[in-house]
Amino acid sequence: MSAPAIVIVGAGPAGVRAAEVLAGAGLRPILLDEGDRCGGQIYRQPPDPRKRPYAKLYGTEAERARALHETFSRIAPEIDYRPRTLVWDVAGGQVMVHAGGGVGRIPYSHLLLATGATDRTLPLPGWTLPGVYTLGGAQIALKAQDCLIGKRVAFVGTGPLLYLVAVQYARAGAEVAAVIDSGTRAAQVANALGLLAQPKVALRGLGFVAELKRRGVPVLKGAIPEAIEQTADGLAVKLGARRFACDAVGLGYGLRAETQLADLAGVPRRFDAAQQTWVPESGADGRTPAAGVYVAGDGAGILGADAAELRGARAAFALLEDLGKPVDAAKTKTLEAGIARWARFRAAIDGMFPVPAAALAALPDDAVVCRCERITVADIRRVAALAKPEDVNRLKAFGRAGMGRCQGRFCGENAQAILAAITGAAPSALGAHRAQAPIKPIPLDDMTRVAPNTDPIVEEAAQ
Amino acid sequence: MIDADKKPLPQHVDAVVIGGGTAGCAAAMHLANAGKRVVLFEQRLAGAQASGQNYGGVRQQGRCPEELPISFRARRIWDRLPEIVGHDCGFRPSGHIKLARTAEEFAGLEAWAEMARGFGLNVAILSGNVLRAEHNYLGSWVYGGSYCATDGHANPRLVGPLFARAAERAGVDLRECCPVAKLERDGAGFRVSLADGRSTRADVAINTAGAWGADIAAQLGETYDEHVLSPNMIVTEPAAPIFAASFGVCGGDIYFRQTPRGNVLFGGGRGISDKSRLWARPLATVSVQAAAKMIGFIPAVAHLAVIRSWSGIDGSMPDDRPVLGPSPSVPGLFHAFGFSGHGFQLGPAVGEVLADLVLAGHTETDISGLSPLRFTPSTIGAA
Repeated sequence: MSAPAIVIVGAGPAGVRAAEVLAGAGLRPILLDEGDRCGGQIYRQPPDPRKRPYAKLYGTEAERARALHETFSRIAPEIDYRPRTLVWDVAGGQVMVHAGGGVGRIPYSHLLLATGATDRTLPLPGWTLPGVYTLGGAQIALKAQDCLIGKRVAFVGTGPLLYLVAVQYARAGAEVAAVIDSGTRAAQVANALGLLAQPKVALRGLGFVAELKRRGVPVLKGAIPEAIEQTADGLAVKLGARRFACDAVGLGYGLRAETQLADLAGVPRRFDAAQQTWVPESGADGRTPAAGVYVAGDGAGILGADAAELRGARAAFALLEDLGKPVDAAKTKTLEAGIARWARFRAAIDGMFPVPAAALAALPDDAVVCRCERITVADIRRVAALAKPEDVNRLKAFGRAGMGRCQGRFCGENAQAILAAITGAAPSALGAHRAQAPIKPIPLDDMTRVAPNTDPIVEEAAQ
Repeated sequence: MIDADKKPLPQHVDAVVIGGGTAGCAAAMHLANAGKRVVLFEQRLAGAQASGQNYGGVRQQGRCPEELPISFRARRIWDRLPEIVGHDCGFRPSGHIKLARTAEEFAGLEAWAEMARGFGLNVAILSGNVLRAEHNYLGSWVYGGSYCATDGHANPRLVGPLFARAAERAGVDLRECCPVAKLERDGAGFRVSLADGRSTRADVAINTAGAWGADIAAQLGETYDEHVLSPNMIVTEPAAPIFAASFGVCGGDIYFRQTPRGNVLFGGGRGISDKSRLWARPLATVSVQAAAKMIGFIPAVAHLAVIRSWSGIDGSMPDDRPVLGPSPSVPGLFHAFGFSGHGFQLGPAVGEVLADLVLAGHTETDISGLSPLRFTPSTIGAA
């Protein structure tokens, strides 16, 4: 039997921990990552990491970030790591990549997808204005570029990231104009007990809220702005009679899993009612219904970065088990118990910071839902009346919502919720956007060149 | 309408239509408008397979003589889509240019133009120099071409579904997600049964089942050698207008248009599919080859980013012509399938022709060259 060809996609917490386990078993996985350096989004590294200390870059997460980066440095010689590599298709036991101005294929026997997550937005009127960033984007500006998105920043959304980024900005010298959370105090109190699954993390979160208040930042709960407006000297977040003047906005209503590659790899998706989004079907061990395909980390459903490390390791052990290699059962049991603890914690978080479905249903006609194609709520309503789309893929086909460069990664859930509100259907009955290769845009002429260190997709293209 | 609540079927209708592509939906609509009770069964969603996943070419140019009469009839309908289905479906009569890479291919274009003139269709033959002077975005691959001014392109994602909605408004009982399990003779008519046991009787059966057309015909004892054809389609991000016409190339290995939105959309080669589970995917190998050809013909697109690719499931016949007309062996059964990768333009006219055949017993459009008779001579005597 030939040696297994293991491909891991994503060098964040899940991907790095998976690579560590596999390298520890004497295998040499290929680790493909879009980024310049390992760490994923959460532990993203600046172009020259030596310039700024960990404590400043990652704050309370400094030790975790350091541990992950150091693990990576230690195993780097034992794995085949390829940064700046986009996987854009999965078919026939191969991943197609875009790297170095060309495309190529890499065959695999086992595929471990650790593709992470993106911010979930609420398409408030004005969310596409210059100066409005996602919360994740605002944080990356800070971590990777060492800059702020603005001097006076309003944070709008819900979830733990809302408070974390607001605190990080305040500490970095930004004036935080307001933190506006759609989660209600009642929901937060009602679900607080579940936080005991991770008491330290819960305390840290409470600390963030206290610190913001101490700094005099207005923290509003159970509130959703009507709009973000352009003003003579910047932006303003409009909330009832109040206007929070700012020059930038960080916006994010939780996270959503990046599931395109899982879909192309043949992994069915299921609707997660708590997070109101689609996630790949998988067990706690990362196995999926597609043979030889594993998912780990937030790409398998949002449980957070700490859980992602455990899930990456657990999926790698599952892969080793499937290869017939000896695996320490006590170790996998411990990992699964840890993952279960994070799942309990996440259930509480989901209850405290739910997706504001009612707000989605009530968006005004002129709100832009799909920014790639500039499709408004009114457009969706018109298409729904004329052509009666049965699901989100038909809504996309008829009215272009989700038909642009991002393939609905930023509007899919929102379009689905809006269509559900119009038709009265359950969001889960409206399907998930089909992934279509290439999952991210590739220049046409790059498709005619061969990426270094890969097999040509077409033999003639080798010249 | 998706048949989610499994509502009872009518006991008896005038006509049952099997297959909710453009042709089936248009046929059902015309029959309902003529006062007939019609039920249409679509195994998944109307207009979702060949009708919806194709390139979107609205072209008379390049067709075989047997298809030209119905293609001309179709072309007249395309101008009237707003009044028929309430939307122009993105139809743009932008002209269609067929390109030749060699002198030999160019001679083929000249021969076709001569033939088409006999049918009353004029296409202009253009040398490479003239073409490149008028269309300066064309690359050096071009030897010459021919131009049909009345051709164009449209949005295939809208046409079939909007005919389906128009059919429903006309009174058609349209059942989506309703695969037909069994079609059988029942007295002078037919019985159509679904997997869950529900059934309906019909005086007339229309087989517009696309790649599944031969399977439906086989249930009544007719054999057709139909194969699956899955086009490999690619689209780029939107760009400022580069070219207006729709383009084909001799040999058919690449074809391209720029949508009103600005996306450059091109196809070439075949994807893969499994028709038993309605699954079709483009192939990276084919996409990469098509990308190189696309740049060869229009170098200015090289910097555009590809944002999506897809495929679908069409039926193709050994002679690349559809099967259209009354069944040779079963009275009351009408076929329209196997459009072999170029049925999109024809669909609206196929619906009219089928309605003619059902309502009047004949059609003014010459479809003799598309007759099912050419494939099933052995069954004629049996009927």
